[in-house]
Amino acid sequence: MMEHILSLMLLVPLIGGVICLLVPAQTARTVALAATLIDLALGVVLWCNFDVGGARWQFQESVPLFQGFAWKLGIDGIALLLIELSVFLMPICILASRSIEKRVGEYMAAFLLMELLMIGVFAAQDLFLFYIFFEAGLIPMYLIIGIWGGADRIYASYKFFLYTLLGSIVMLIAMIWMAQEAGTTDIPTLMEYDFPVEAQKWLWLAFFASFAVKMPMWPVHTWLPDAHVQAPTAGSVILAGVLLKMGGYGFIRFSLPMFPEASAHYAWLIYILSMAAVVITSLIALVQADMKKLIAYSSVAHMAIVTIGLFSFNTQGLEGSMVVMLSHGLVSGALFLCVGVIYDRLHTREISRYGGLSINMPKYALFFMLFTMASVGLPGTSGFVGEFLSLAGIYKMSSWVAFVAGTGVILGAAYMLYLYRRVAFGEQKNADAAAMPDLSVREWLMLAPIAAAVLWMGVYPETFMAPMRSDIAALDARLARAKPEGDAHLTAGQPKAHTEEHAQEGGAH
Amino acid sequence: MDWMQSLRLAAPEEFLSVSGLVLLLASAWGQGRKDARAINWLGVLVLLGATAMVVPTLLNGVSGPAALAFDGLFSADAFAAFAKILIFVAAAASLAVSPAFFERHGGYRGEFPVLVVFAAIGMAMMVSATNLLTLYVGLELNSLAAYVLAAFLKADDRSAEAGLKYFVLGALASGFLLFGMSMTYGFTGTIAFDGIAAATGAGLSKGALFGMTFMLAGLAFKVSAVPFHMWTPDVYEGAPTPVTTLFASAPKVAALAMTARVVTEAFGSAAAAWQQIVIAASIASIVIGALGAIRQTNIKRLLAYSSINNVGFILLGLAAASPEGISAMLVYLAIYVPMTLAGFVAVLMLRDEAGHQVEAISDLAGLSRSRPLLALGLGSVMFSMAGIPFFFGFWGKFVVFQAAVQSGLLVWALVAAIASVIGAFYYLKVIKVMYFDEPAGKIAGRSDMVHEWLLAICALFISPLGWVFTKGLGALAAVASGVLFAAT
Repeated sequence: MMEHILSLMLLVPLIGGVICLLVPAQTARTVALAATLIDLALGVVLWCNFDVGGARWQFQESVPLFQGFAWKLGIDGIALLLIELSVFLMPICILASRSIEKRVGEYMAAFLLMELLMIGVFAAQDLFLFYIFFEAGLIPMYLIIGIWGGADRIYASYKFFLYTLLGSIVMLIAMIWMAQEAGTTDIPTLMEYDFPVEAQKWLWLAFFASFAVKMPMWPVHTWLPDAHVQAPTAGSVILAGVLLKMGGYGFIRFSLPMFPEASAHYAWLIYILSMAAVVITSLIALVQADMKKLIAYSSVAHMAIVTIGLFSFNTQGLEGSMVVMLSHGLVSGALFLCVGVIYDRLHTREISRYGGLSINMPKYALFFMLFTMASVGLPGTSGFVGEFLSLAGIYKMSSWVAFVAGTGVILGAAYMLYLYRRVAFGEQKNADAAAMPDLSVREWLMLAPIAAAVLWMGVYPETFMAPMRSDIAALDARLARAKPEGDAHLTAGQPKAHTEEHAQEGGAH
Repeated sequence: MDWMQSLRLAAPEEFLSVSGLVLLLASAWGQGRKDARAINWLGVLVLLGATAMVVPTLLNGVSGPAALAFDGLFSADAFAAFAKILIFVAAAASLAVSPAFFERHGGYRGEFPVLVVFAAIGMAMMVSATNLLTLYVGLELNSLAAYVLAAFLKADDRSAEAGLKYFVLGALASGFLLFGMSMTYGFTGTIAFDGIAAATGAGLSKGALFGMTFMLAGLAFKVSAVPFHMWTPDVYEGAPTPVTTLFASAPKVAALAMTARVVTEAFGSAAAAWQQIVIAASIASIVIGALGAIRQTNIKRLLAYSSINNVGFILLGLAAASPEGISAMLVYLAIYVPMTLAGFVAVLMLRDEAGHQVEAISDLAGLSRSRPLLALGLGSVMFSMAGIPFFFGFWGKFVVFQAAVQSGLLVWALVAAIASVIGAFYYLKVIKVMYFDEPAGKIAGRSDMVHEWLLAICALFISPLGWVFTKGLGALAAVASGVLFAAT
């Protein structure tokens, strides 16, 4: 079974999805929950059997099913963590979909298809298989936004679809060229293949067009707030939690290892766009009146930290951006769930309609505060680990970029705390908001696991960093030849003679 | 010259001709509706029988002199067989859906299946032609039958208009083609493809270039490539829907396959000359087809523009001017035919309570709730045509892009890819109307079983299940396209 576990993880949601289409609403909910839980269990088995520090690619399968490309799956530590994130969030999304009343079977089927495609993207080891999973994700997400979304859902669904399609179709042409040039579609082989530097620059731009839209990077991020605001709660969670990670995963799997020289060549572009994103979208977030929009803009800012970390060309930056991705997946997913909880009660996302929720919903306020703090990057939460490492990484490369990106942390604290104050503290302005009941068991079950994961990642990140350490090191080694020179010129300090003495004194105080 | 050998090679066409004549006689005597129905189903059987007869040719990869019949006027090779299978199956499918349609609209006669069978013979001749004369005779046999078919609903003004438009513009196109042929003959001294190839081998003379250009213009009319596409939306909209189903599938295959044979076998050495013409037509078709479709409110007109758009992609495969390109083109055609059939069959199934056809896109609103399976079928067609992966339509676009990139047409592949995003917009519009809008309750009529089955089969082929076929399809297309290049 272990050699086919990845295929099995793809098969479970597929079967579940087909069943969901055929059965009545209530059964569909149960089936979907069961399917996602089975996949979660398989995910746990996968992690337990993943040999940390072992072979680079594990659980490989390859069947030459198609003409020109193969059904080739396999994961390294990076893919493992992102798959775990996906299977972890999916049952929570299904639980969060209780308020969906219309066309439940199709809704659940769309979500299960989404899960299949997300796992497929991270597990694919064939260039074109990856593309198929990557692109096919548009269909269920388009339907989720368009059918079950909010008032302005049509516009948002079109924008989401066409933006992302335009980005990835350019990447397809680049992939075809690469496959022809290198004579293989095998991703691990391509990661070692040295393309001519001139070609790399074009290919890098083509991949950038796709990943920048998916990420999303400023200024092609405008589909995100629309899509987030209009999508149903669970849709936002998946969008923020996993779909955005596809962009980062693309950079770390394709752009960086396949085109190291081009990555160094265009690093300035990434820096400028990311710095602009951090500052501009944070400021935009500060003035939002809609909770979901605020969190959506904060996502763009966090993703900018990811790209900065990725292009810092050192281990800290790369590890940091991976942790930010995981942390952001959990935290922003949880924040959207928090919005969903009160949206289900009052059917508005307007911040000014709420106030003083900590009085009537103390449990809710506690969870919301934890996730707010994690989003801000408070030490002890997952957000801190990632942001600290990313900023440390980029500081080695460019202190100016680190400086500007650092303001994101401050601005992040500003808009998140401001949001929290307006929603949870202060007077209870509206009677209906004040009468809302506290978390139900179901909602508690949704938020508690994420809270536990956020704290775990904040207190003992080693669990999550160990599986990817060797992969990051391999990537770092691959990038070494193209690495631009940083401006920090850090040198190790001279330890002073009386350090020991000091320590003893310190201990005595 | 062994006449038996020639007759044996052309057996499918002869079988169709004899059957067509017998059916014609039968329809002259039996004028009732029931007789027409029986003749129709016999026509389907005859076409399927002819399909079975050409399958071995493709599987055996017959090529070269072994395939030539009638002193080199006709070639029953694997390339022709590939196209013929698609043509006969598409014609049979359009016949199968017609009785239910005509029974509601009246005017059904035994001549209809007979005309379709004759059109199929004409198309088979076109793809087997290795001589300009055979080519022209086949083309006209198909066209004459098609003009009558377009105007088959005599009482309907739109149908009569479609027939007339098709006739006038088709005649003009034939004129272009004949003019080009006469120029080619004048400057090369022969009408046989291999002779033309030998005469132009040293270089294309100005006159022959003119001839080739005019011939390509005439052929572009037939495949409705931009800038000779104007007739398509009007004819598709006006012709009875089963006839449109035929027009959008079989003749496209025939004309494109024939074009491929002409340019590779007769003008193979002048690839640089026709390549730019084909590229221009291809890119223009993709862009104009996509832009033109955006403002359409009638689903048949929308599908007409979509067929122009698809022809553009198929021509991009041809423009690659390589065995891979022709093979990609054939793979695309093999996916395009079921996709188009499914699209028009779904249109046939859209009927209001009184049984009248519904063609306005806005009337599809909320179809996913009143008729979930029909919506799923039409939705798969739309996603497939948009080339969104998981649906099999993506594979067609993919192989075409691949062939274009291999032949160094990187920029054009990129332009085509970006233009396909424009195309995605209007396909999404149909999905949006069906899935996101509130039900309009317009579509209430019951469907016929034949339609349901045909839609189900085609939809399954273009669904993700189609991926199973990539290997087999690719191998067959490679065999077929190899024939054209083995000769040169």
